[in-house]
Amino acid sequence: MIAEIGHYALVLALFVALVQGTLPMIGAHRGDAAWMALARPASAAQLLFIAVAFGSLTYLYVVSDFSVANVAQNSNSAMPMLYKVSAVWGNHEGSLILWVLILAVFGLAVARLGGNIPPALRARALGVQAWIAIGFLSFSLFTSNPFLRLDPPPIDGRDLNPLLQDPGLAFHPPFLYLGYVGFSISFSFAVAALIEGRVDATWARWVRPWTLAAWSFLTLGIAMGSWWAYYELGWGGFWFWDPVENSSFMPWIAGTALLHSAIVSEKRDTLKSWTILLAIVTFSLSLLGTFLVRSGVLTSVHTFATDPERGIFILAFLVLVVGGSLTLYAVRAPLLKPGGLFAPISREGALVLNNLLLATACATVLLGTMYPLFLDALGGGKVSVGPQYFNATFGPLMLPLLALAAIGPLMPWKRADLAGVLSRLKLALAAAAAVTIGAWVVVTGASPWPPLGLGLAAWLFTGALVELGGRLKLFRAPIAESWRRARALPRSAYGMTLAHSGVAMVLAGIIASQAWQTERIQVMAPGDAVDVAGYTFTFRGVRELPGPNYSIQRGEFVVTRDGAAVARLYPEKRFYPVQQMPTTEAAIHTTWLADLYAVIDEAQADGAWSTRIYHNPLVPWIWLGAVVMTIGGGVSLSDRRLRVGAPVRRRAPAGATSQTA
Amino acid sequence: MKRKHRRLAFVVVGMVLLGAAAALVLSAFEENLVFFYSPSDLAAKEIPEGRRFRVGGLVEEGSVKRLADGLTVEFVVTDLVEAVPVSYRGPLPDLFREGQGVIAEGVLTAGGVFRADGVLAKHDENYMPPEVAEALKKSGKWKGAQ
Repeated sequence: MIAEIGHYALVLALFVALVQGTLPMIGAHRGDAAWMALARPASAAQLLFIAVAFGSLTYLYVVSDFSVANVAQNSNSAMPMLYKVSAVWGNHEGSLILWVLILAVFGLAVARLGGNIPPALRARALGVQAWIAIGFLSFSLFTSNPFLRLDPPPIDGRDLNPLLQDPGLAFHPPFLYLGYVGFSISFSFAVAALIEGRVDATWARWVRPWTLAAWSFLTLGIAMGSWWAYYELGWGGFWFWDPVENSSFMPWIAGTALLHSAIVSEKRDTLKSWTILLAIVTFSLSLLGTFLVRSGVLTSVHTFATDPERGIFILAFLVLVVGGSLTLYAVRAPLLKPGGLFAPISREGALVLNNLLLATACATVLLGTMYPLFLDALGGGKVSVGPQYFNATFGPLMLPLLALAAIGPLMPWKRADLAGVLSRLKLALAAAAAVTIGAWVVVTGASPWPPLGLGLAAWLFTGALVELGGRLKLFRAPIAESWRRARALPRSAYGMTLAHSGVAMVLAGIIASQAWQTERIQVMAPGDAVDVAGYTFTFRGVRELPGPNYSIQRGEFVVTRDGAAVARLYPEKRFYPVQQMPTTEAAIHTTWLADLYAVIDEAQADGAWSTRIYHNPLVPWIWLGAVVMTIGGGVSLSDRRLRVGAPVRRRAPAGATSQTA
Repeated sequence: MKRKHRRLAFVVVGMVLLGAAAALVLSAFEENLVFFYSPSDLAAKEIPEGRRFRVGGLVEEGSVKRLADGLTVEFVVTDLVEAVPVSYRGPLPDLFREGQGVIAEGVLTAGGVFRADGVLAKHDENYMPPEVAEALKKSGKWKGAQ
């Protein structure tokens, strides 16, 4: 009964979306206020029906109703409750329902919070949202219905893929989707503005908070995914430039560019057409990511079983969305009036360079990810593009960008004095030099590149602090004056400082762990010890233990340094009987400057095991940095001026406020 | 500065960037395109020694051997027509199993043994790497809908 209610609610949601996608659009075209106003109750009804569908599916999972095919294939009565719930989106069909649920939540948020958005623009944006919902709802209903029944029902379910039975992965997909779907709002506003043929600074002001929210969620989602790969795949690596990883990373790069260009559109009323294009591209890349992951056309360590028919549906949808919006863009973009002038050396100029670098970097990742598909389609053979390709193209493009990220925020709008800006960065330069030389002295004789990379991270980090210090007149004015300024400073200024220093932390973590990781692979009998990076790992053997829905082989390592105890590590091999599948659980002890990472691989004769031990310097900074970036996004989002419902105030002439941006 | 000049400045910077990116991409492609071959391809084609590539198929039943050092694994990858012996030292994926699909990346040594430095297996029970599925279809040994 519950499954049928869920199915029916999904069908109703599709019909509501059809109404929301047509009538308000026609109303906006005719200037009919009543028809336009339909979008608001429609978006509420849509959320209601989709929430009923999602709630029904969750209920079916919670009570383990195996007469529903989707539940039987992805759940098991022995699973802990957390994974019974996360199994709802741990599969293709259920994850689509989560997708449309988040879409509906955001749609209602636009309808409710956007009270100051002109009615026609809002009606059109909600109409475009409805068309995205129509695409996904019909995809769900026609190819991936989660509510299909099984007859006869099995006695027990086939279990969730054990790799997904993990707290890190339980919340990874929802955050990714919050990011993807958040960008759909920027997209809807961009398309609505193109239909209207009018884009102004206030338009950018509405788009920015949504982009910022989406970007923050996506940052967190990607970080969670990479953290999961780090401890669950047991290879000691955190990023593999794998097609599935890239498909979540490309919208992030484009979204980062959009975030920065929207600032220019908002503050300076220029770059509008480019911002619109970026909004379209960012969401298109989110759809492309969904297509790549769900269609299984690429070989990836992350690919799960798929159905080619679904791939064709998403591909068709993708062509429709991308082709349609780009055609609209080609027709309408020339109508957009260009905005204010600025010199190449200026805040605008720096942000344009930021966008050019990010767009180019995104294009190289796209090329590397899609090339195997194109070559195969053209009959050129099966290839894969190795991680070195991405390191060799993406890396060099990031270096100037990161160097620029310390300089750009110090530049005033319209025209800047580069020498003056650089002289304010003396402290950052000194920090960079000190870190580079320090790192080079510590790791003598090795390549100079990693120390230089760490120097770049120090440059960016100190540069972000210098910028904030400059605004507060720290150490230049009385402390009371600095405190007054600190309280008056807009939150978005703190947000930027946090986000940029977070990037610096991620950079330091990536460089140090890539350059100075230590790996030891060996067979160890109980009592054997191995020295890794100054730590002694003594193996105490492996014990068998029962788990909730799996059995455990738990190894024990005692870690000492110069005879003093540091940690005990308990890496595990788990075996899930339902799917006959083992998983590896790495044991990690972090000192916040490095991770000590141990894995047990295979049992050998006489209680010995093949083991792997890693020393990963600065790796925790990668996730710490990502969290700092996300907090930066959140702080910026709480800025009064960006608050979605805040009244629009006329800005003072731009030249007078150049330092408050 | 006139609008025209400003636009020109950005177009120039953009072109320089695109050119640099294209150069980076081309030089990186040269080194890092890894081709995929089935065991039948390997038997039919001449592949230059020392060139990295991927080979995929099924792990032959009963072929997996662990050497005395406990770390090196030898197994045979087959498309049920031809087969190639693989030697690999390192961690195997959790789902590496006899009779299942696998992709190994590495170089072919003079003795005809494929020395792998990476092994990909699947993530779940039902997944078969598309290259492996195609290799099996080509060799006429394809069974099942997946």
